[in-house]
Amino acid sequence: MGEDLAIAVRGLRKSYGSLNAIDGVDLDVRRGEVFALLGPNGAGKTTTVEILEGYRDRTAGDVAVLGEDPAHPSDRWRTRIGIVLQSTSDNADLTVGEVVRHFHTFYPAPRDAAAVISAVGLSEKTDARVRTLSGGQRRRLDVALGILGDPELLFLDEPTTGFDPEARRQFWELIERLKAEGVTILLTTHYLEEAEHLADRVAVILDGRILEVSPPASLGGRAGAATTVRWLEDGRTRTVQTDEPTRTVLELASRLDGEEIPELSVLRPSLEEIYLQMIGTAERSPL
Amino acid sequence: MTTTSPATPGPSSPPLQAPMPSLLTLSLSRGRVELLMFVRDRRSMVFTFIFPVMLLLIFGSVFNGSISKVAGVTFSQYFVAGMIASGLMYSGFQNLAIQIPMEREDGTLKRLAGTPLPQAAYFAGKVVLVLASLLAQVALLLAVGVAFFKVKLPSTPAKWLDFGWLLLLGLLACTLLGIAFSSIPKTGRGAPALVSPIVLVLQFTSGVFFLYNQLPSWMQHMSALFPLKWLCQGMRSVFLPDSFMYTEPAGTWELGRVALVLLAWIVVGAIACATTFRWQRHGER
Repeated sequence: MGEDLAIAVRGLRKSYGSLNAIDGVDLDVRRGEVFALLGPNGAGKTTTVEILEGYRDRTAGDVAVLGEDPAHPSDRWRTRIGIVLQSTSDNADLTVGEVVRHFHTFYPAPRDAAAVISAVGLSEKTDARVRTLSGGQRRRLDVALGILGDPELLFLDEPTTGFDPEARRQFWELIERLKAEGVTILLTTHYLEEAEHLADRVAVILDGRILEVSPPASLGGRAGAATTVRWLEDGRTRTVQTDEPTRTVLELASRLDGEEIPELSVLRPSLEEIYLQMIGTAERSPL
Repeated sequence: MTTTSPATPGPSSPPLQAPMPSLLTLSLSRGRVELLMFVRDRRSMVFTFIFPVMLLLIFGSVFNGSISKVAGVTFSQYFVAGMIASGLMYSGFQNLAIQIPMEREDGTLKRLAGTPLPQAAYFAGKVVLVLASLLAQVALLLAVGVAFFKVKLPSTPAKWLDFGWLLLLGLLACTLLGIAFSSIPKTGRGAPALVSPIVLVLQFTSGVFFLYNQLPSWMQHMSALFPLKWLCQGMRSVFLPDSFMYTEPAGTWELGRVALVLLAWIVVGAIACATTFRWQRHGER
């Protein structure tokens, strides 16, 4: 496997009885990139990620995470990855500071405990019991524990569920800082705008298979997809789907003698629209 | 790409790896937070301290007479020995067999499994927890016994020595069996219903609440398969006068056999822990 790959997966399969939860997944995540895994609930996101994290066995396929097989995780390998699981409710009777300082002792070369608490915006909650934290604060503590060991590779499973918009913005800034430091990040999320904002590449997974891997801007033929031009004329909203929005707007402008076009908007399809189209099409087609 | 520049060490060849934390450091670190969580959790405080003392107060007050004309031993004296043996079951077996399934459910174990923490350090933290709660529990039972029921402490250094190794072997056996048993309950909520009856039945059949020599012999034989009967017998050798040992089924304290049975259960428990312990909930592989 290449040195430049943090994660390399070939032909991954995971069966529960006769059910193929993961059905032949190939996946490459490059070092230093932020990679988002998108897909509806039950598509196989968490199963895939938990195989990569060393939590689950696989039925078949080759998997290398930081050059090692996660089916046989070593303690040293564990120091190199950070994991933020979906919601947990552990350590409720400890304070934020106690939890972080405790997990700090697990790692050979951890980040500074106070700096990590501050990085996730919990400095003022250092002496608060975990039990008293809000859902979003609890999630930020999870992230703190995930990055505490100074990992090369960070797994984030739906990290911003329950965040208010401002907390999500702050979280995004934190991820961008980690990325700038060279941390590779594998993210699963339900929020399409989060994937669009953070990810270098996204993969859409459905029924245990990868539909497509590409940068968010070109997913599902998005770069070349029809653009919607919308304006107001004669008291009615007009819309045109076009592959040449510039020409459409120029024609409009000349038709209106260079006047300001009322309520003009030029909309490229959002990642969400493309994504919903993709999983909708895939679900309608018979296999 | 075959660069050999020494200035940019590749990610797969870190020349200076910081050493991993030692098992001792990690065990103490686990032990510390286990104790912190224990003293902040009211349920475990009630079950470990208040419940045994209440039993001692009730039984000591109800059966306040002498149980053996020959030896002049009070029931309280007999009962303290049984309750200290039970304390090993409470602190080691019952506590862990209930607590660990809950930790499996609330994500504690899954999170720890995702860190470099070795399983052995997690187990060691539990031993620290059991040791601390056991010592506090024994001290409390003895203090209450001495203060209210004229319970006599072990009379010779040899008896204190026996007391020490009995506590040590009992602690290891009960802790390992508690951890091993924790893999059986399917849910955290279901654990108490599965664990508490086992402890209670063993207490009755091992001679904690009743005089062992007055139990039917089939019950004596059955309880002899489990460690609590032997712990009770060992504790009686520490707290009751030697003249009392003629009431034992074998006519002696059988301390050698007590040690052997406990060692056997330690081996069984250790093997069960190593082979069956699960970090995760049922069906999560």
